[in-house]
Amino acid sequence: MTDSARQTQVTAPSSEPSRLKTVWESDFGYAFRRSPVALVSCLVVLFLVLSAVMAPWIAPHDPFNPVTLNLMNGFTPPSTPNAFTGDSFWLGTDDQGRDVFSTILFGMRISLFVGFSAVLFAMILGVTLGLIAGYAGGWIETLIMRVADVQLTFPAILVAMLIFGIAKGFTPVEYRDQMAIWVLILAIGLSDWVQFARVVRGATLVEKNKEYVQAARLIGRSGGAIMLRHILPNVLSPVLVIATISLALAIIAEATLSFLGVGAPPTQPSLGTLIRIGQGFLFSGEWWILLFPSVTLLSLALSVNLLGDWLRDALNPRLR
Amino acid sequence: MLAYVIRRVFHSIVVLLAVGLVAFSMFRFVGDPIDNMLGQERTQADIDRLRTQLGLDQPFAIQYWKFLSGAAEGNFGVSYRQGRPVSDIISERAPATLELAAVSGLFAILLGIGLGVFTAIRRNGIASNLIMTLSLVGVSLPTFLIGILLIYVFSVELDMLPSFGRGETVMVGYWSTGFLTKSGLVALILPAITLGLYQMTLIMRLVRSEMLEVLRQDYIRFARARGLRERVVNFRHALKNTLVPVITVTGLQLGSIIAFAIITETVFQWPGVGLLFINAIHFVDIPVMAAYLMLISVMFVTINLVVDLLYFAIDPRLRVDGRST
Repeated sequence: MTDSARQTQVTAPSSEPSRLKTVWESDFGYAFRRSPVALVSCLVVLFLVLSAVMAPWIAPHDPFNPVTLNLMNGFTPPSTPNAFTGDSFWLGTDDQGRDVFSTILFGMRISLFVGFSAVLFAMILGVTLGLIAGYAGGWIETLIMRVADVQLTFPAILVAMLIFGIAKGFTPVEYRDQMAIWVLILAIGLSDWVQFARVVRGATLVEKNKEYVQAARLIGRSGGAIMLRHILPNVLSPVLVIATISLALAIIAEATLSFLGVGAPPTQPSLGTLIRIGQGFLFSGEWWILLFPSVTLLSLALSVNLLGDWLRDALNPRLR
Repeated sequence: MLAYVIRRVFHSIVVLLAVGLVAFSMFRFVGDPIDNMLGQERTQADIDRLRTQLGLDQPFAIQYWKFLSGAAEGNFGVSYRQGRPVSDIISERAPATLELAAVSGLFAILLGIGLGVFTAIRRNGIASNLIMTLSLVGVSLPTFLIGILLIYVFSVELDMLPSFGRGETVMVGYWSTGFLTKSGLVALILPAITLGLYQMTLIMRLVRSEMLEVLRQDYIRFARARGLRERVVNFRHALKNTLVPVITVTGLQLGSIIAFAIITETVFQWPGVGLLFINAIHFVDIPVMAAYLMLISVMFVTINLVVDLLYFAIDPRLRVDGRST
């Protein structure tokens, strides 16, 4: 036992780069290298995610610290010095003198955080329920899939709105703003688990009759262990595809809810909140407050979407 | 046949009861209704009296039943924010949403079928490729950005169309319509395009792929061989056979149009039910939220039931399955 443990420990560092190399040189990696769409969208996503993660370090201003704000800087056009203070901002400032570039970086951070968390939540919930439904069968399966069917008849964004409204109603008034982000994650996650559950259940139904599952059952492994250690690894690749496409949908759903004013609060503005604020200045000519957050949201959603589409085609050769 | 219909109706009722339970729990557990109604200077006797009067001392199941029978009669209580019966507010605002939905649905169907046929017939033309690419971009654009973009182009830059509201409306009986005035019709254009665009691309893509499928069939080749004119072949023979899936998808999209109207109505400040709902979430106006929840569920469940039953009438294979299970 200890011998083999030591062995893996010794080989671990050297196996790490070689595994990456295997992926790079596999069919999958080859398809990736040959697809300009995949390369570009992957680069855009990486760039946006990195700049969102690094926001506190690369943002030129802290838009949420009132001390650093100067109201005189309000409505400064992009890359032109302000008439009163002489300060210049790359993408201009909004009505309160906040640097638009910095608010976008921080807004993207919130959008991505909500998007990733919501998809993670939906994935865990959906995969668990899908595994249980597929493996257990019987009335449990009927119940889970029935609920899934019913939910699928409603558009996801409407479900998210309703859950957000209900959850907001149940939260005490004084916590509503603090909890808004978490309520948002809950709402979007709950509106999105069905896809995962359906696909995982379908794959589980196929896998559970295969020999390796029967063998595992024969040596007396428990149902939970079989689902987690044996079936789960074999049903994961479609889950990855759905997760990527769901991420794009979740980002758009979050932006939509925040735009409607029922998502991220003004104290923690996401890209959708910023667009909502910017829409107010559409007629008065301060176009930069609206344009730049919209373009950021679009490139984010579009590149994640394209990446998801490509991933679906690459992992599923039958669809090509 | 009858067993299948009864089972489907039963399923629908169970779904509505579940949604009703959610709506009722909102009423019952979000805040204390007594707190909402009585002021600061209340005595325990006041509280007890109101509790009995409202029936809050009765068992949960009986309260739930009372809520349901009230809802069935369209009685959802009084809006916390506006202090008027919810049913009045909703019936006042429903015409705005329904007119918007009808116009954008019509726009989506007509343009969707037209463009779908066009791109299928000229499948390698420059115009069709352009339309297909544009439709891809259109699907990835969030609805609210499309609305803002349209406002920017047609209201701010060109100053041609209004960017908010319904314009002038005329009362026809209980129905306030924007169809009869010029400003009402002009105000409909941008919201209707915004709302219908997504459904339009969906219908267009569906019609296109169905048409491509059908145009490959033998009877089309035979019709051509008979020397029929191209227009007759395309519209009388081909399009007719693509319409069954188009009708079902359009039917299912009907609910989506009403749901997505929430977004469009907010962008254009359209005084419909969707805007009412968003404001209700904003101010946690529970009676309005509960009423909207119930209404939209009834609508979706009914649409699905009708589509399922239609399938059943159209597809004989389902009938066999229905009997065997």
